[in-house]
Amino acid sequence: MMRQLILLIATIVVAPFIGGLLFGIDRRITARLQGRFGPPILQPFYDFLKLIGKERIAVSRLQFVWIYAYLVFMVGSLLCLVFQSDFLILVFLLGFAGVSLVLAGFSTKSPYSHFGANRELLQIMAYEPVLLLLAIGIYAQNGTFLISEIFNQSRPLIFSLWPLFIAVLYVLTIKMRKSPFDIATSHHAHQEIVKGVITEFSGPYYALYQLAEWYEIVLVLGIVALFWTNPLWVGILIALAAFLLELLIDNIAARMTAPWMVRLSWTVGLILGVLNIAYIYFTKGVS
Amino acid sequence: MGLIHNSRIKSPWIMHFDNSSCNGCDIEVLACLTPLYDVERFGIVNMGNPKHADVLLITGPVNRRTARVLRNLYDQVPGPKMVIAVGTCASTGGVFHNCYNVLGGVDKVVPVDVYIPGCSVRPEAIIDGVVLALQKLASANL
Repeated sequence: MMRQLILLIATIVVAPFIGGLLFGIDRRITARLQGRFGPPILQPFYDFLKLIGKERIAVSRLQFVWIYAYLVFMVGSLLCLVFQSDFLILVFLLGFAGVSLVLAGFSTKSPYSHFGANRELLQIMAYEPVLLLLAIGIYAQNGTFLISEIFNQSRPLIFSLWPLFIAVLYVLTIKMRKSPFDIATSHHAHQEIVKGVITEFSGPYYALYQLAEWYEIVLVLGIVALFWTNPLWVGILIALAAFLLELLIDNIAARMTAPWMVRLSWTVGLILGVLNIAYIYFTKGVS
Repeated sequence: MGLIHNSRIKSPWIMHFDNSSCNGCDIEVLACLTPLYDVERFGIVNMGNPKHADVLLITGPVNRRTARVLRNLYDQVPGPKMVIAVGTCASTGGVFHNCYNVLGGVDKVVPVDVYIPGCSVRPEAIIDGVVLALQKLASANL
């Protein structure tokens, strides 16, 4: 019990530091790829602290509730991973978190915010089926949705689920809102829909959103690491390699439209996922 | 408050607004973000959104049409905020000062913290101006 409490507190405290550092490294590497010097590695933390100290401007009180919900569901989802609980519950909590962000976007009257929220819904539509297929794939392989069972298996998941691994890399790009799928928050195109779903988040509430994003990146990279849990450091190395690959893709790809994202994610992700699960059941037989 | 105060100086997010400039200063503002000057190494990021901005970079003289827009944008920036008038026109009205539709410099509508003269200003001067604004932010006890 004591050990679990320590693990709980350690996750809540340490995860944002890892996430913030990853974003700092992201900005530095992106700058270097573009031939610039780039900001300090600790820049996201400076941004965060500055935003905490800014004035609170209330556009809609309902919005604040949804931003808190986004953060809480995201932390809950990460705790599911750390405590090696049910993978299916992790996916559902992640879904609730995404929906909270959409509702935060819809709770103001700004048209940019509404546009961004609609696009965030499309993003959820693009990645959620792939994550559900991953859950089914894990079930097909291990006979249970429990993450602790993945850790018990000596044979890494990536050997039997490599097509789903490729599909999860798509999810990683969509979740990081990086360039080909830079759609809901319009990170690089302020002229289009300002900042999309986060247009109306200001000051401390924008800081909360960033905090939730830090948890999110740790969570999504953690899901990638699940593909090689024995020993776990190989999985973490794979996750970091996937992260660097995303940065490269972000810098060489142009922004694409939302329908294109859904089409690509569904054709590549769903076909790979369904074929993968079908193959596992063919070789193992349905029990 | 020391930590938050230090972070403010290290992460000024700018928003650029063009009143009725000839676009000379606007091009120089954007030149600051290119690899040659790369202001992101000081944590400066160009935001398209007043609600995320800390520093308003305003170019061009204020005319009767843009005065209302400028005031609205200024009100949307959460404090503590800094306003920088970029270029001669934004500072005083410049060559347009006695036009029938021009009110004059930016300070006719919103309080200005730093004036950067020049026609058009050089990117080095803009960076100097932002640094000056940050020094003002650092010395102010907010």
